[in-house]
Amino acid sequence: MSGDVKLRMIRRVAAEIEAGMTVNLGIGLPTRVIDHVDRGLQVCLHSENGIAGVGPTLAYEDADRNLIDAGGAYVSRQPGTSFFDSAVSFALVRGGRLDLSVLGAFEVSMKGDLANWMIPGLFTPGVGGGMELAQKAQRVVIMMTHRDRQGRSKIVRECSLPITASACVDRIYTDLAVIDIVDGALQLREIAEEVSAEDVIAATDAPLQLPDHELPTF
Amino acid sequence: MLATHTDIETAIAEIGDGASIMIGGFGVPGTPFRLLDELCRQGQKRLTLIKNDANEDGMGVDHLLANGQVEKLIVSHIGLNSNAIESMNSGRVQVELCPQGILAERIRNAGAGLFGFLTDIGIDTALAKDKPRIEVDGRSLLLEKPLRADFALLHADTSDKLGNLVYAAAARNFNPLMAMAAKRVIVEVENLVEAGELSPESIHTAAPFVDRIVLLDELTEDYGVRRR
Repeated sequence: MSGDVKLRMIRRVAAEIEAGMTVNLGIGLPTRVIDHVDRGLQVCLHSENGIAGVGPTLAYEDADRNLIDAGGAYVSRQPGTSFFDSAVSFALVRGGRLDLSVLGAFEVSMKGDLANWMIPGLFTPGVGGGMELAQKAQRVVIMMTHRDRQGRSKIVRECSLPITASACVDRIYTDLAVIDIVDGALQLREIAEEVSAEDVIAATDAPLQLPDHELPTF
Repeated sequence: MLATHTDIETAIAEIGDGASIMIGGFGVPGTPFRLLDELCRQGQKRLTLIKNDANEDGMGVDHLLANGQVEKLIVSHIGLNSNAIESMNSGRVQVELCPQGILAERIRNAGAGLFGFLTDIGIDTALAKDKPRIEVDGRSLLLEKPLRADFALLHADTSDKLGNLVYAAAARNFNPLMAMAAKRVIVEVENLVEAGELSPESIHTAAPFVDRIVLLDELTEDYGVRRR
Protein backbone atom coordinates (compact mmCIF):
# COMPACT_ATOMS: atom_id res chain seq x y z
CA MET A 1 0.00 0.00 0.00
CA SER A 2 1.53 3.32 -1.05
CA GLY A 3 1.90 6.15 1.45
CA ASP A 4 -0.61 8.21 -0.50
CA VAL A 5 -3.30 5.50 -0.38
CA LYS A 6 -2.62 4.93 3.33
CA LEU A 7 -3.05 8.65 4.03
CA ARG A 8 -6.35 8.79 2.13
CA MET A 9 -7.58 5.80 4.14
CA ILE A 10 -6.55 7.42 7.42
CA ARG A 11 -8.31 10.67 6.44
CA ARG A 12 -11.43 8.80 5.39
CA VAL A 13 -11.59 6.98 8.75
CA ALA A 14 -10.99 10.27 10.57
CA ALA A 15 -14.21 11.51 8.93
CA GLU A 16 -16.11 8.72 10.78
CA ILE A 17 -15.44 10.54 14.00
CA GLU A 18 -18.19 12.98 14.93
CA ALA A 19 -18.43 15.60 17.65
CA GLY A 20 -19.32 14.19 21.07
CA MET A 21 -18.11 10.65 20.40
CA THR A 22 -15.97 8.53 22.71
CA VAL A 23 -13.62 6.58 20.44
CA ASN A 24 -10.93 3.92 20.78
CA LEU A 25 -8.27 3.66 18.08
CA GLY A 26 -6.64 0.23 17.93
CA ILE A 27 -2.93 -0.51 17.75
CA GLY A 28 -1.25 -0.05 14.36
CA LEU A 29 -2.78 1.93 11.51
CA PRO A 30 -5.88 3.01 13.51
CA THR A 31 -3.81 4.97 16.08
CA ARG A 32 -2.54 7.11 13.20
CA VAL A 33 -6.07 8.46 12.75
CA ILE A 34 -5.55 10.51 15.93
CA ASP A 35 -3.44 13.11 14.14
CA HIS A 36 -6.09 13.63 11.42
CA VAL A 37 -9.10 14.26 13.60
CA ASP A 38 -10.23 17.88 13.25
CA ARG A 39 -8.79 19.70 16.29
CA GLY A 40 -11.94 21.80 16.55
CA LEU A 41 -14.07 18.71 17.09
CA GLN A 42 -14.97 17.86 20.69
CA VAL A 43 -14.21 14.13 20.81
CA CYS A 44 -12.96 11.91 23.59
CA LEU A 45 -10.29 9.40 22.58
CA HIS A 46 -10.01 6.44 24.93
CA SER A 47 -6.89 4.34 25.39
CA GLU A 48 -7.03 0.91 27.09
CA ASN A 49 -4.15 1.69 29.42
CA GLY A 50 -6.35 4.13 31.31
CA ILE A 51 -6.87 7.42 29.49
CA ALA A 52 -9.98 9.29 28.36
CA GLY A 53 -9.13 12.39 26.38
CA VAL A 54 -5.92 11.31 24.64
CA GLY A 55 -4.20 14.30 23.02
CA PRO A 56 -2.04 14.36 19.86
CA THR A 57 1.23 12.42 19.75
CA LEU A 58 4.42 14.17 20.83
CA ALA A 59 8.00 14.23 19.56
CA TYR A 60 10.47 12.32 21.77
CA GLU A 61 11.99 15.52 23.17
CA ASP A 62 8.56 16.71 24.37
CA ALA A 63 7.35 13.30 25.61
CA ASP A 64 6.21 12.50 29.16
CA ARG A 65 7.76 9.11 30.05
CA ASN A 66 4.55 8.18 31.91
CA LEU A 67 2.12 9.06 29.15
CA ILE A 68 1.81 6.55 26.32
CA ASP A 69 -1.22 5.17 24.51
CA ALA A 70 -1.91 1.44 24.34
CA GLY A 71 0.30 1.16 21.25
CA GLY A 72 3.25 2.73 23.05
CA ALA A 73 3.17 6.12 21.28
CA TYR A 74 3.91 9.17 23.39
CA VAL A 75 0.69 11.14 23.57
CA SER A 76 -0.32 14.35 25.31
CA ARG A 77 -2.84 15.49 27.87
CA GLN A 78 -5.33 18.20 27.05
CA PRO A 79 -8.02 20.08 28.96
CA GLY A 80 -10.43 17.46 30.30
CA THR A 81 -8.09 14.43 30.13
CA SER A 82 -8.62 11.83 32.85
CA PHE A 83 -6.54 8.86 33.97
CA PHE A 84 -7.85 5.67 35.59
CA ASP A 85 -6.85 2.08 36.26
CA SER A 86 -7.25 -0.86 33.87
CA ALA A 87 -10.42 -2.21 35.52
CA VAL A 88 -12.14 1.16 35.11
CA SER A 89 -10.80 1.41 31.57
CA PHE A 90 -12.51 -1.84 30.60
CA ALA A 91 -15.65 -1.04 32.58
CA LEU A 92 -15.91 1.88 30.18
CA VAL A 93 -15.55 -0.54 27.24
CA ARG A 94 -17.78 -3.39 28.47
CA GLY A 95 -20.32 -0.94 29.84
CA GLY A 96 -20.97 0.27 26.28
CA ARG A 97 -19.51 3.77 26.64
CA LEU A 98 -17.45 3.55 23.45
CA ASP A 99 -19.34 4.99 20.49
CA LEU A 100 -16.73 3.77 18.04
CA SER A 101 -13.86 1.30 17.97
CA VAL A 102 -11.41 1.30 15.05
CA LEU A 103 -9.44 -1.94 14.76
CA GLY A 104 -7.00 -3.66 12.41
CA ALA A 105 -7.71 -7.15 11.06
CA PHE A 106 -6.24 -10.26 9.46
CA GLU A 107 -9.65 -11.40 8.20
CA VAL A 108 -13.25 -10.19 8.30
CA SER A 109 -16.12 -12.44 7.26
CA MET A 110 -19.30 -11.34 5.52
CA LYS A 111 -21.14 -12.06 8.78
CA GLY A 112 -18.93 -9.52 10.52
CA ASP A 113 -16.72 -12.03 12.34
CA LEU A 114 -13.31 -10.52 13.10
CA ALA A 115 -9.97 -12.36 13.24
CA ASN A 116 -7.10 -10.15 14.39
CA TRP A 117 -5.30 -11.81 17.27
CA MET A 118 -3.51 -14.93 16.16
CA ILE A 119 -2.17 -16.88 13.21
CA PRO A 120 -1.69 -20.44 14.51
CA GLY A 121 1.92 -21.54 14.33
CA LEU A 122 3.12 -18.13 13.23
CA PHE A 123 1.92 -15.36 15.48
CA THR A 124 0.36 -15.62 18.94
CA PRO A 125 1.11 -12.39 20.76
CA GLY A 126 -2.09 -12.47 22.82
CA VAL A 127 -5.25 -10.48 22.33
CA GLY A 128 -4.67 -7.44 24.55
CA GLY A 129 -7.98 -5.59 24.80
CA GLY A 130 -9.12 -6.61 21.31
CA MET A 131 -11.95 -8.92 22.35
CA GLU A 132 -13.62 -6.35 24.60
CA LEU A 133 -13.21 -3.59 22.02
CA ALA A 134 -14.67 -5.74 19.22
CA GLN A 135 -17.55 -7.09 21.29
CA LYS A 136 -18.69 -4.06 23.22
CA ALA A 137 -18.20 -0.83 21.27
CA GLN A 138 -21.45 0.57 19.84
CA ARG A 139 -19.89 0.64 16.38
CA VAL A 140 -16.87 -1.35 15.16
CA VAL A 141 -15.02 -0.36 12.02
CA ILE A 142 -12.02 -2.14 10.54
CA MET A 143 -9.06 -0.56 8.83
CA MET A 144 -6.94 -2.97 6.82
CA THR A 145 -5.36 -3.72 3.47
CA HIS A 146 -7.90 -5.39 1.19
CA ARG A 147 -5.52 -8.28 0.46
CA ASP A 148 -2.72 -9.94 2.41
CA ARG A 149 0.91 -10.05 1.25
CA GLN A 150 0.19 -13.12 -0.86
CA GLY A 151 -2.59 -11.20 -2.61
CA ARG A 152 -5.42 -13.15 -0.94
CA SER A 153 -8.62 -11.38 0.02
CA LYS A 154 -8.86 -10.54 3.72
CA ILE A 155 -12.62 -10.25 3.30
CA VAL A 156 -13.94 -13.80 3.30
CA ARG A 157 -17.14 -15.85 3.55
CA GLU A 158 -15.93 -17.57 6.74
CA CYS A 159 -12.84 -16.72 8.77
CA SER A 160 -10.14 -19.39 8.54
CA LEU A 161 -8.20 -17.88 11.47
CA PRO A 162 -9.28 -18.01 15.14
CA ILE A 163 -11.79 -15.23 15.68
CA THR A 164 -11.57 -12.32 18.10
CA ALA A 165 -15.34 -11.81 18.19
CA SER A 166 -18.29 -12.93 16.08
CA ALA A 167 -20.70 -10.71 14.13
CA CYS A 168 -19.14 -7.53 15.49
CA VAL A 169 -17.97 -5.56 12.44
CA ASP A 170 -20.17 -2.78 11.04
CA ARG A 171 -17.88 -1.35 8.36
CA ILE A 172 -14.57 -2.15 6.64
CA TYR A 173 -12.17 0.48 5.30
CA THR A 174 -9.52 -0.85 2.92
CA ASP A 175 -7.10 0.62 0.41
CA LEU A 176 -9.70 -0.19 -2.29
CA ALA A 177 -13.13 0.40 -0.79
CA VAL A 178 -15.52 1.20 2.03
CA ILE A 179 -17.83 -1.77 2.68
CA ASP A 180 -20.68 -2.00 5.16
CA ILE A 181 -21.83 -5.26 6.73
CA VAL A 182 -25.61 -5.28 6.96
CA ASP A 183 -27.47 -8.39 8.14
CA GLY A 184 -24.66 -10.71 7.08
CA ALA A 185 -24.19 -9.14 3.63
CA LEU A 186 -21.36 -6.98 2.27
CA GLN A 187 -22.54 -3.71 0.74
CA LEU A 188 -20.07 -1.68 -1.32
CA ARG A 189 -20.38 2.01 -0.33
CA GLU A 190 -17.33 3.83 -1.68
CA ILE A 191 -14.32 3.11 -3.83
CA ALA A 192 -10.81 4.52 -3.75
CA GLU A 193 -9.78 6.93 -6.51
CA GLU A 194 -8.69 5.10 -9.68
CA VAL A 195 -10.33 1.88 -8.48
CA SER A 196 -13.43 0.41 -10.17
CA ALA A 197 -16.22 -1.61 -8.63
CA GLU A 198 -15.00 -4.53 -10.79
CA ASP A 199 -11.53 -4.26 -9.19
CA VAL A 200 -13.11 -4.48 -5.73
CA ILE A 201 -15.27 -7.45 -6.71
CA ALA A 202 -12.22 -9.25 -8.16
CA ALA A 203 -10.22 -8.61 -4.97
CA THR A 204 -12.97 -9.77 -2.60
CA ASP A 205 -13.49 -13.42 -1.75
CA ALA A 206 -17.17 -13.02 -0.83
CA PRO A 207 -20.27 -11.69 -2.59
CA LEU A 208 -20.63 -7.90 -2.70
CA GLN A 209 -23.87 -5.99 -3.09
CA LEU A 210 -23.60 -2.88 -5.28
CA PRO A 211 -25.80 0.21 -5.10
CA ASP A 212 -27.84 1.26 -8.16
CA HIS A 213 -26.19 4.69 -8.15
CA GLU A 214 -22.65 5.76 -8.92
CA LEU A 215 -20.15 5.00 -6.14
CA PRO A 216 -18.52 7.93 -4.37
CA THR A 217 -14.71 7.90 -4.23
CA PHE A 218 -12.31 8.65 -1.40
CA MET B 1 -0.69 -3.58 59.33
CA LEU B 2 0.87 -0.34 58.16
CA ALA B 3 3.64 -0.31 55.61
CA THR B 4 7.28 -0.42 56.57
CA HIS B 5 10.15 1.26 54.72
CA THR B 6 12.90 -0.99 53.62
CA ASP B 7 15.82 -1.25 51.23
CA ILE B 8 15.38 -2.98 47.92
CA GLU B 9 17.45 -6.09 48.79
CA THR B 10 15.45 -6.81 51.97
CA ALA B 11 12.12 -6.26 50.23
CA ILE B 12 12.87 -8.69 47.40
CA ALA B 13 14.58 -11.23 49.71
CA GLU B 14 11.13 -12.00 51.17
CA ILE B 15 10.23 -13.65 47.86
CA GLY B 16 10.94 -17.38 47.71
CA ASP B 17 11.29 -19.89 44.88
CA GLY B 18 7.96 -20.86 43.36
CA ALA B 19 6.22 -17.59 44.33
CA SER B 20 3.43 -16.02 42.32
CA ILE B 21 4.09 -12.35 41.64
CA MET B 22 1.89 -9.61 40.19
CA ILE B 23 3.84 -6.88 38.42
CA GLY B 24 2.37 -3.46 37.67
CA GLY B 25 2.85 -1.57 34.44
CA PHE B 26 1.58 -1.31 30.89
CA GLY B 27 4.62 -0.88 28.67
CA VAL B 28 7.12 1.29 30.53
CA PRO B 29 4.79 3.46 32.67
CA GLY B 30 4.14 1.90 36.07
CA THR B 31 6.60 -0.98 35.68
CA PRO B 32 8.84 -1.47 38.76
CA PHE B 33 12.07 -2.01 36.83
CA ARG B 34 14.37 -1.63 39.84
CA LEU B 35 12.45 -4.26 41.84
CA LEU B 36 12.58 -6.57 38.81
CA ASP B 37 16.32 -6.00 38.38
CA GLU B 38 16.84 -6.93 42.05
CA LEU B 39 14.67 -10.05 41.62
CA CYS B 40 16.86 -10.98 38.69
CA ARG B 41 20.02 -10.40 40.77
CA GLN B 42 18.75 -12.54 43.65
CA GLY B 43 17.67 -15.25 41.21
CA GLN B 44 14.51 -16.76 42.73
CA LYS B 45 13.30 -19.65 40.54
CA ARG B 46 10.05 -21.20 39.25
CA LEU B 47 8.16 -17.93 39.42
CA THR B 48 4.63 -17.34 38.16
CA LEU B 49 4.35 -13.79 36.87
CA ILE B 50 1.04 -11.99 36.40
CA LYS B 51 1.40 -8.85 34.31
CA ASN B 52 -0.31 -7.08 31.43
CA ASP B 53 2.63 -7.64 29.09
CA ALA B 54 6.14 -9.08 29.12
CA ASN B 55 7.90 -5.74 28.54
CA GLU B 56 10.20 -5.40 25.55
CA ASP B 57 13.38 -7.29 24.78
CA GLY B 58 16.18 -6.35 27.19
CA MET B 59 14.12 -4.84 29.99
CA GLY B 60 12.06 -5.78 33.07
CA VAL B 61 10.44 -9.19 32.76
CA ASP B 62 12.70 -10.04 29.84
CA HIS B 63 15.70 -10.26 32.20
CA LEU B 64 13.82 -12.80 34.35
CA LEU B 65 13.00 -14.86 31.24
CA ALA B 66 16.59 -14.75 30.06
CA ASN B 67 17.71 -15.82 33.54
CA GLY B 68 15.46 -18.91 33.50
CA GLN B 69 13.50 -17.74 36.56
CA VAL B 70 10.03 -17.90 35.04
CA GLU B 71 7.83 -20.99 34.99
CA LYS B 72 4.57 -19.36 33.98
CA LEU B 73 3.31 -16.05 32.61
CA ILE B 74 -0.30 -14.89 32.93
CA VAL B 75 -0.60 -11.93 30.54
CA SER B 76 -2.85 -10.20 28.03
CA HIS B 77 -0.17 -9.97 25.36
CA ILE B 78 3.54 -10.55 24.79
CA GLY B 79 3.81 -9.12 21.28
CA LEU B 80 6.64 -6.69 22.05
CA ASN B 81 8.93 -9.34 23.55
CA SER B 82 10.35 -11.78 21.01
CA ASN B 83 12.03 -13.79 23.81
CA ALA B 84 8.69 -14.31 25.53
CA ILE B 85 7.10 -15.51 22.29
CA GLU B 86 10.04 -17.82 21.66
CA SER B 87 9.89 -19.15 25.28
CA MET B 88 6.18 -19.86 24.82
CA ASN B 89 6.61 -21.55 21.44
CA SER B 90 9.46 -23.76 22.68
CA GLY B 91 7.43 -24.71 25.79
CA ARG B 92 10.11 -23.45 28.20
CA VAL B 93 7.60 -21.08 29.76
CA GLN B 94 3.91 -21.78 30.19
CA VAL B 95 1.84 -18.82 28.98
CA GLU B 96 -1.80 -18.16 29.88
CA LEU B 97 -3.30 -15.49 27.62
CA CYS B 98 -6.21 -13.52 28.97
CA PRO B 99 -8.22 -10.63 27.46
CA GLN B 100 -6.84 -7.46 29.00
CA GLY B 101 -9.98 -6.24 30.76
CA ILE B 102 -10.71 -9.74 32.02
CA LEU B 103 -7.18 -9.97 33.41
CA ALA B 104 -7.73 -6.65 35.20
CA GLU B 105 -11.13 -7.75 36.50
CA ARG B 106 -9.86 -11.14 37.73
CA ILE B 107 -7.23 -9.30 39.76
CA ARG B 108 -9.77 -6.74 41.04
CA ASN B 109 -12.17 -9.59 41.88
CA ALA B 110 -9.57 -11.34 44.02
CA GLY B 111 -8.64 -8.04 45.65
CA ALA B 112 -12.27 -7.44 46.55
CA GLY B 113 -12.43 -10.83 48.28
CA LEU B 114 -14.71 -12.38 45.65
CA PHE B 115 -14.63 -15.76 43.96
CA GLY B 116 -15.23 -15.11 40.30
CA PHE B 117 -17.58 -13.41 37.87
CA LEU B 118 -19.54 -14.14 34.73
CA THR B 119 -18.83 -12.58 31.33
CA ASP B 120 -19.51 -12.98 27.62
CA ILE B 121 -16.09 -11.61 26.61
CA GLY B 122 -14.36 -14.10 24.31
CA ILE B 123 -17.29 -16.48 24.47
CA ASP B 124 -17.14 -17.44 20.76
CA THR B 125 -13.35 -17.75 20.73
CA ALA B 126 -10.60 -20.27 21.40
CA LEU B 127 -9.95 -18.63 24.78
CA ALA B 128 -13.35 -19.85 26.03
CA LYS B 129 -12.52 -23.49 25.37
CA ASP B 130 -11.63 -24.66 28.88
CA LYS B 131 -13.72 -22.21 30.88
CA PRO B 132 -16.76 -23.37 32.86
CA ARG B 133 -20.12 -22.08 31.61
CA ILE B 134 -22.97 -21.00 33.81
CA GLU B 135 -26.46 -20.22 32.62
CA VAL B 136 -28.14 -17.11 34.02
CA ASP B 137 -31.61 -16.05 32.86
CA GLY B 138 -31.34 -18.32 29.83
CA ARG B 139 -27.96 -16.95 28.79
CA SER B 140 -24.80 -19.06 28.79
CA LEU B 141 -21.83 -17.16 30.23
CA LEU B 142 -18.19 -17.86 31.03
CA LEU B 143 -17.02 -18.19 34.61
CA GLU B 144 -13.83 -16.21 35.15
CA LYS B 145 -11.90 -17.05 38.29
CA PRO B 146 -10.10 -14.57 40.53
CA LEU B 147 -6.33 -14.14 40.34
CA ARG B 148 -4.45 -13.88 43.62
CA ALA B 149 -0.72 -13.75 44.19
CA ASP B 150 1.86 -14.10 46.93
CA PHE B 151 3.47 -10.78 46.04
CA ALA B 152 2.75 -7.61 44.08
CA LEU B 153 5.62 -5.48 42.80
CA LEU B 154 4.41 -1.98 42.00
CA HIS B 155 5.71 1.41 40.93
CA ALA B 156 4.20 4.66 42.18
CA ASP B 157 5.19 8.26 41.67
CA THR B 158 4.72 9.23 45.32
CA SER B 159 4.01 7.55 48.62
CA ASP B 160 3.52 9.14 51.98
CA LYS B 161 5.16 7.46 54.96
CA LEU B 162 2.01 5.44 55.66
CA GLY B 163 1.88 3.95 52.15
CA ASN B 164 -0.81 6.11 50.51
CA LEU B 165 0.08 6.03 46.83
CA VAL B 166 -0.27 8.36 43.85
CA TYR B 167 0.54 7.18 40.34
CA ALA B 168 1.61 9.43 37.46
CA ALA B 169 -0.53 9.74 34.30
CA ALA B 170 -0.85 6.37 32.49
CA ALA B 171 1.43 4.66 35.05
CA ARG B 172 -1.62 3.76 37.14
CA ASN B 173 -2.92 0.91 34.91
CA PHE B 174 -2.74 -2.43 36.82
CA ASN B 175 -0.95 -1.08 39.93
CA PRO B 176 -3.96 -0.20 42.14
CA LEU B 177 -5.68 -3.50 41.28
CA MET B 178 -2.63 -5.58 42.10
CA ALA B 179 -2.20 -3.65 45.35
CA MET B 180 -5.48 -5.24 46.45
CA ALA B 181 -4.86 -8.79 45.26
CA ALA B 182 -1.53 -9.92 46.71
CA LYS B 183 -0.60 -11.11 50.20
CA ARG B 184 2.48 -8.90 50.31
CA VAL B 185 2.58 -5.63 48.40
CA ILE B 186 5.97 -4.08 47.69
CA VAL B 187 6.02 -0.67 46.04
CA GLU B 188 8.99 1.26 44.70
CA VAL B 189 8.41 5.02 44.74
CA GLU B 190 10.07 8.02 43.18
CA ASN B 191 9.12 10.36 46.02
CA LEU B 192 8.41 9.83 49.71
CA VAL B 193 6.55 12.51 51.65
CA GLU B 194 5.22 12.97 55.17
CA ALA B 195 1.71 11.82 56.06
CA GLY B 196 -0.63 14.73 55.42
CA GLU B 197 1.23 16.08 52.41
CA LEU B 198 -0.98 14.22 49.93
CA SER B 199 -4.54 15.40 49.49
CA PRO B 200 -6.85 12.64 50.83
CA GLU B 201 -9.11 13.23 47.80
CA SER B 202 -6.35 12.43 45.33
CA ILE B 203 -4.89 9.21 46.76
CA HIS B 204 -5.13 6.30 44.29
CA THR B 205 -4.17 3.40 46.57
CA ALA B 206 -4.98 3.64 50.26
CA ALA B 207 -2.25 2.83 52.80
CA PRO B 208 -3.81 -0.38 54.24
CA PHE B 209 -3.10 -2.17 50.93
CA VAL B 210 0.64 -1.49 51.05
CA ASP B 211 3.21 -3.55 53.03
CA ARG B 212 6.68 -2.41 51.95
CA ILE B 213 7.87 0.92 50.56
CA VAL B 214 11.18 1.18 48.75
CA LEU B 215 12.34 4.71 47.93
CA LEU B 216 14.30 4.74 44.67
CA ASP B 217 17.57 6.62 44.80
CA GLU B 218 17.76 6.73 41.03
CA LEU B 219 15.79 5.77 37.94
CA THR B 220 17.61 3.57 35.45
CA GLU B 221 17.34 4.29 31.74
CA ASP B 222 14.51 1.72 31.47
CA TYR B 223 12.21 4.36 32.93
CA GLY B 224 13.03 6.95 30.31
CA VAL B 225 11.47 7.84 26.98
CA ARG B 226 12.17 5.05 24.47
CA ARG B 227 13.14 6.19 21.01
CA ARG B 228 12.11 3.45 18.61
